[in-house]
Amino acid sequence: MSEPIREKPLTKNFSPGEAPFDLKQYESGGGYQAVRKAMTEMAPEDVTGVVKEANLRGRGGAGFPTGMKWSFVPMGDRAPKRKYLVANADEMEPGTFKDRLLLEGDPHQFIEGMILAAYAIQADVAYIFLRWAYKKAEALLGKAIAEAYEAGYLGKNILGSGYNLELYLHTSAGRYICGEETALMNALEGKRPIPRTKPPFPQTSGLWGKPTIVQNVETLCNVPHIVANGADWYKSLSYSGNGGTKLFGASGKIKRPAIWELPLGTPMRELLEEHAGGMQDGLKFRGVLPGGASTDFLVEEHLDLPMDYEPVMEAGSRLGTGTMVILDDKTCPVGMIRNLELFFTRESCGFCTPCRDGIPWTHRLLDAIETGDGKPEDIDNLDFIINTITRMLGRTFCAFAPGAVEPLQSGLKYFRDDFEQHIGEKRCPYAS
Amino acid sequence: MLTEEERREIEEEFEHFDYKQAVSVDALKIVQKHRGWVSDESIKDIAELLEMSPAELDGVATFYNLIYRKPVGKHVILLCDSVSCWVMGCDRMRAHFTKRLGIDFGETSEDNEFTLLPMQCLGTCDHAPAMMIDETLHRDLDEDKIDGIIERYKG
Repeated sequence: MSEPIREKPLTKNFSPGEAPFDLKQYESGGGYQAVRKAMTEMAPEDVTGVVKEANLRGRGGAGFPTGMKWSFVPMGDRAPKRKYLVANADEMEPGTFKDRLLLEGDPHQFIEGMILAAYAIQADVAYIFLRWAYKKAEALLGKAIAEAYEAGYLGKNILGSGYNLELYLHTSAGRYICGEETALMNALEGKRPIPRTKPPFPQTSGLWGKPTIVQNVETLCNVPHIVANGADWYKSLSYSGNGGTKLFGASGKIKRPAIWELPLGTPMRELLEEHAGGMQDGLKFRGVLPGGASTDFLVEEHLDLPMDYEPVMEAGSRLGTGTMVILDDKTCPVGMIRNLELFFTRESCGFCTPCRDGIPWTHRLLDAIETGDGKPEDIDNLDFIINTITRMLGRTFCAFAPGAVEPLQSGLKYFRDDFEQHIGEKRCPYAS
Repeated sequence: MLTEEERREIEEEFEHFDYKQAVSVDALKIVQKHRGWVSDESIKDIAELLEMSPAELDGVATFYNLIYRKPVGKHVILLCDSVSCWVMGCDRMRAHFTKRLGIDFGETSEDNEFTLLPMQCLGTCDHAPAMMIDETLHRDLDEDKIDGIIERYKG
């Protein structure tokens, strides 16, 4: 494993407490040079090529290779007349607060990334799908989009290249499932936002049946830096073959909850002990959801894991969004998992049975156990639901239900004594 | 009947899309902005303008947690109860609202000032517990802070 170069491209323009860079400030720091370079020196396929070579993987949770995704879009004269790029700014994964930071901290970086991605697939129209709650980001993006149009980075014949792109900001109205890319497309079409069956994949048949790429905010923010500085530079930012830095974060009862931009592959222990300052006084580390609510718990024995796609996967969890939620020794794991399953119960779109019926069932069982009404067979029933949903992997319309049972199955594995104690004592041993 | 202003605002959204139905959420939000909620009558009126069936539009409206199909109070409190806020004590905040305002999730206070609703993770987990009141974010909550905030909104 090679030592990464210590640069922080994504957050270099950040000035906490102050307004983010306007167009002039952003340009004077090298901003929009990547768009200029792409429009004057690079064919669309070259942009996709460098992103592919840089090994940028999606930062929204699934980790799909970005350049590969773009390469599935039909190109050339025989491609459909309309193509779309959608930025997924519907950040709602519990415990995740990185995209808010990027949108508020440097809106032009994000817009530049969108223009480059749109150019690479030759999209005509781009939408930002922003969650309702991000009011500050909404205002900042509105201003930045207007500035980018004014300067000729958006609209007709961008920088004399002959390429046209219209970019619109859409703000949604809640509901976690809208962040699932096919539900998001239904939402944008004004339909009830339930996920679509795949195939066809959005790259060939997405919004209104046209080729569409949906990409997370953080992923897009990486693109200008890759285009400007090249694939080798980008790969040297990380500890592993997956390129780039990552916005890592942590919340829970730690000393300094925050977001940090660090090399992909930074050990979890360094994040928790050095950057987060360790646990609050009097508390011990018990477990962690490494990348949001729909990732499996990891525990003490995993602390030296590099925070990167493969190592976290091999340990039985997922890097997810890279923002960790910490469980301490005075917080009830059963209560925490009950909270997670309540969230998933509420947010299930209700379209397929394992999710609509299975997830609320887990919540009822967890609620019974937590409040002292649990029976020994409840654990068997939880196992049954988990096995049923896990066996159905690929048979539900989307990844919601499999994700929802991840913290539950690992919670039962690592904190089984706690479940049994609740049932045996008919109360929550953590209640004061 | 939609007002002239509502109709104009909805029609302005048409230019972002090739299809009228695509503005359904924008249209619902526009009407809600003017009237506080979306009535059955508004559903019919918007559906007609967007060339949708009222049933399909209602399927959209009832899906979203931030489209209100029932009247709400003057201020809507959106208390995050997702996992980071739960670890940091959002249940206590909820209990405090119940104590101070006499309302739990889904309820509106008798004086019609406040409606309390649960909210998905607000993406500000380093400052949990958090909530929004109307369109303003409030973070690092505790009981005292909530008391101060309630007083400000009551005024």
